Amino acid sequence: MRIGLFATCLGDTLFPEAVKSTAVLLARLGHDVVFPPGQTCCGQMHVNTGYQREPVPLVRNFADQFGDASIDAVVMPSGSCAGSVRHQHEIVAERYGDAALRAGVATVKAKTYELSEFLVDVLDVDDVGAYFPHRVTYHPTCHSLRMLRVGDKPLKLLRAVDSIDLVELPEADSCCGFGGTFAVKNAETSTAMLQDKMRNIATTGADVCTAGDSSCLMHIGGGLSRIRSGTRTLHLAQVLSATRTSPYVPTEAVR
Amino acid sequence: MTTARETVLGRIKDALSLAPAPDVAVPRGYRTGRTLPDDERLALFTDRLVDYKATVHTCTADRTAHVVAEVLRERGARRIGVPAGLDAGWLDGYDGEVQQDSDDIPAPRLDALDGVVTASAVSCAETGTIFLDGSPDQGRRALSLVPDLHVCVVDLSTVEAGVPEAVARLVPQRPTTLISGPSATSDIELERVEGVHGPRTLAVVIRTDV
Amino acid sequence: MSSTFLGMPATPPRSPYGTGNLRGDRKFPEAAHDELRNEQLRRNLGRATRTIRAKRLDVTGELPDWEALREAGSAIKTDTMNRLPELLEQLERKVTERGGTVHWARDGVEANEIVARLVRATGSSDVIKVKSMATQEIGLNEHLESVGITPYETDLAELIVQLAHDKPSHILVPAIHRNRDEIRQIFLKEIPGVDPSLDNVPAHLAAAARAYLREKFMTTKVAVSGANFGIAETGTLAVVESEGNGRMCLTMPDTLITVMGIEKVLPRYQDLEVFLQLLPRSSTGERMNPYTSMWTGVTPGDGPQEFHLVLLDNGRTAALADRIGREALNCIRCSACLNVCPVYERAGGHAYGSTYPGPIGAVLTPQLAGMHAAKDDPNSSLPYASSLCGACFDACPVKIDIPSLLVELRHQHTEQSGTTAEKLAMKAAATVMKHPKLFTAAQKGAGIGRVLGGRDGKISHLPPPFDGWSESRDTEVPPKQTFRSWLASAEGAATMRAAADEYEQNRRKPEEEK
Repeated sequence: MRIGLFATCLGDTLFPEAVKSTAVLLARLGHDVVFPPGQTCCGQMHVNTGYQREPVPLVRNFADQFGDASIDAVVMPSGSCAGSVRHQHEIVAERYGDAALRAGVATVKAKTYELSEFLVDVLDVDDVGAYFPHRVTYHPTCHSLRMLRVGDKPLKLLRAVDSIDLVELPEADSCCGFGGTFAVKNAETSTAMLQDKMRNIATTGADVCTAGDSSCLMHIGGGLSRIRSGTRTLHLAQVLSATRTSPYVPTEAVR
Repeated sequence: MTTARETVLGRIKDALSLAPAPDVAVPRGYRTGRTLPDDERLALFTDRLVDYKATVHTCTADRTAHVVAEVLRERGARRIGVPAGLDAGWLDGYDGEVQQDSDDIPAPRLDALDGVVTASAVSCAETGTIFLDGSPDQGRRALSLVPDLHVCVVDLSTVEAGVPEAVARLVPQRPTTLISGPSATSDIELERVEGVHGPRTLAVVIRTDV
Repeated sequence: MSSTFLGMPATPPRSPYGTGNLRGDRKFPEAAHDELRNEQLRRNLGRATRTIRAKRLDVTGELPDWEALREAGSAIKTDTMNRLPELLEQLERKVTERGGTVHWARDGVEANEIVARLVRATGSSDVIKVKSMATQEIGLNEHLESVGITPYETDLAELIVQLAHDKPSHILVPAIHRNRDEIRQIFLKEIPGVDPSLDNVPAHLAAAARAYLREKFMTTKVAVSGANFGIAETGTLAVVESEGNGRMCLTMPDTLITVMGIEKVLPRYQDLEVFLQLLPRSSTGERMNPYTSMWTGVTPGDGPQEFHLVLLDNGRTAALADRIGREALNCIRCSACLNVCPVYERAGGHAYGSTYPGPIGAVLTPQLAGMHAAKDDPNSSLPYASSLCGACFDACPVKIDIPSLLVELRHQHTEQSGTTAEKLAMKAAATVMKHPKLFTAAQKGAGIGRVLGGRDGKISHLPPPFDGWSESRDTEVPPKQTFRSWLASAEGAATMRAAADEYEQNRRKPEEEK
C-alpha cells in the first residue's frame, strides 16, 4: 500500500522518535511510506479551543496534501489527530468552507487511520515482529478510545510483542488530564487528574508507560519526570518498532 | 397583553424556525413482547425482590389466608388496613383488628395502622417492580404508603417479563405507583439504608396458581 | 397547515435567557482552585463516584438491548423537541380534562410568583417539597421564604443541604460533598428535638430525618414537586424517587403544584417503557428505583384534589433555537455524566456555580443563562471545564454528544468575545501552519527552546499562561532535529531503505525455509 504519513505538528517538532518509529514500522511491513512535505497541522488545537474560522486553511492544507488518489491510506501516530480529521474537519468545512473543501474533507476522512487501527483493521496484523523485553503498561488515550473506538487493538499488538512484560493499568480508561489547552486553562484540575493517573502507573511497577498519542504522553511523562518516578513514557510506535536486531535502547532521547 | 402561554409557545415556534430539524423516526429495536415460562418469571421476580430486601412468600391461592396471617403475625401487626375491594377471604386466618379503608378517613390517620394488605395490578420480573393502580383491591395511594408494613399479594399471572410488557398492561389514567422493594436512600455516603418514609417492610406474597 | 413564504422571512428573535441559580460568582478555574483543596470533598466524591460508576456498569451491562434503548431514548427526545408546541398543548389539554390547572411561566421569576400565589390561595404558610431540579434552578425556596412561606425539603439529601444552609453539589445526591459526621452535626444543630445521643450511622441518621419529616407529611396542606416526565398523550406526570418522600408529597396534601420544564414532555405513554429502563439504571445504578408515582390530573378520593402544573421556559427556548446546542435539552437528569466525569470527580459540583453541574451542566447552563450575560461572565468558563475525554457521551442514556456540544459552545464563546490575545495567538499559529515554509522555520525557532532546558534537558518553569502547566510537569526541550529534517537526511533515507530491505528479506525467508 502507498501510505501517506502524517507526522502531526507535535510529533514532527517535539516527538520525532515516535514518527520515525511509525515510518520504519510501516516500511518494514512492506508498505510504501510517503511524506507529503507540505503537511503541517490538523487544526485540532484550534477547534478544541473554540476556533473554527482560523483552522480553515489547515483543514484545506490537510485535504490537499493527502487527497491525492495515489495515497491509499493516511496514517498517523495519534488518536486525537485522527479523531480531528475524522470528526472535526467536516464541522469546520460545513460551517466555514466551500463545496470543494467539503468534498476534499470527505475524501480524506474516509482513508484516515490512527496507527493501531490501521495495523489491525486494514493490514490485519497483530504481530508486527517486535521485541521489547521490558515491563510495559498501556494507557488508552481518550480520543483513541472514545472518539475512534480503537478498543483493544493496541493491546492486541502489544500482547504479540516478543518478551514484553505487559501489565494492566488500573483505571486505565480514566483521562490523564491533558485535554490540550485544558491542561493550561484548568491546570489545577488537570494536575489532580494527572496525579491519579501517575499513582495508577506507579502500582504497575512498569519501566515504560505507552500510549498512542504523544500529547498525552508529554503530559504523563512531564508529571512522571517531575516526581522522579523512574517510569518513562514511550509512544506505542516505539514499542512496536523495536526488534531484536534494532532493540529499543533506554537512553536519553536524541538531542 | 400577550399571555405567558402565547409567549412561550411563540418562542418555541420561533426557535424551531431558527433551527429547523428533520423529522425523526423512533427506532424501537429494544426487547418487547417477551414471554417467559412461569418458573422462570417466578425465579427472576423473586431474585429481584430479595435483592431489594423485600421478603418473598410463595403459595397457592388456597393458602393465601394462611400465608397472609403468618406474615402479619411474624411482623407483630395487630391492627391493619385493607382496601374496600380486597377479597375478605384473604384475612380469614388473621385474628387482629382490620380497618376497611374509606375516603372519609383522613389520610394521616392511617399512621395509626401497623400495616396494610393489598392486591396488585401488574408486576415486572426483570426489575422486581410491583405496580399498584388504585383498583378497589389496592385502594387509594395513601393506604399503601403511610403504614410501616406493606403486605402485597401478587398473582404470578400478572407478572410480566420486562418493563415494556408491564407498562403495556397499565391504564394510564389511574394513579399508578411502582414499587421496587421497601423505601431506601443512599444519600449518606452512598450507603444504602432500607426504609425511610415509605413502608420500611415490604412483604410480597406470590400466588403461583392464579 | 401549509405556508408560503413571500420573499425572505424575517428572522425571529432569540428568546431571552433564564433567571435563577444558573450562574456562579466566579469562573470555574478559580472555584475549582478552592474545591480541589477540600480533602473531605475529594475523598467523598472519589469514593461515591467510583461506587456508582461500578453499579451503573453492572446494571446497564446486563441488558442485551441497552444500546437499542439508548437509541430509542435519544430519538424520542429529539422528536419531542421537534414537536414541542403541539405536545405541550396536548399535555395542557389532557391535564385540564382531568381536573388539573395548567400555568405557563416565561422565566423563573414568573414561575416563582405563580407558585407563591397558588400556595397563598390555599391559606397555608408551609409547603413540603420533593427534590426538583427545576425549582432549584429558579430559586423557588428563596422566593417562598421572602414572601413568608416556609418550604420543607423532604428528600434526605436536600434536607441536609437545606438544614446546612448549603447548596446541592450533585443532581442525584445533592449532599454528596458531606460525610456522615458532618451530617450528624447538622442534624444535631438544626433538627428541633432531635435525640442528642444521635450517632453517625446512616440508618440512624435516616431514621432521625424520618421522624422529623413524618409530622410535616401528615400536616402540610400543600406540596411542590418537579416532574421527570409529562406524557402529552394522556396528561400523566411521573416522579421517580427512592425514599417515599415523593409519594408522601404527591399523595398526602390537598394541593399539589408541579413545576416542570417544557422539555420534560414525552409524546406517548408507551415511551415510559424506554425511560423507566434508562433512567434508574443510569442514575442510581439500580434495575428500578424503589418508587415511581404517576398521576393524571385529579383522582376523586385519592391524593390531592387540587392539581396545578406550571410549565417553565426559563431559557429553554433560547437553547432550543440552537441547532446543535438544543441536544442538551434531551437530558433526563440522571447524573450518569457527573459520575463518570474526571473533572467533576475532582472539582465537585459547586465549582460549576449552577444548579446543573458536571458535563451536562457545562453545556446546559451557558445555553439557559448565556455566556456573556454578566460582566466577565463565569458561565463562559464552563465549556472549558472539560478535557473532552468523552466519558460523558458514553454514559449518557439519551446519547447526548456532550464533547461536541462543549466544542460548539467554545466556538460560540470565541465568536462572541471579540479580539482577545488568545484569538490573535490562534490566528498567528494558523498563519504559520498554513504555510509549510513558515512552519518549518518556526520548527527551527522552537529549537531555541532548548536554551530553556536544564542540564537534564527538561524545562521546569514556563511563563504565563503556561505556568500552571509547569507547576507540576516537566517539559522536554525540543529535540535537535525534527522528523521531517531527519527524513530528508542521509540517515533518515538509509533507515527507511533498511526497513524496506528487512521486509524483502523476511518475505523471502519462509520460501528459503521450505
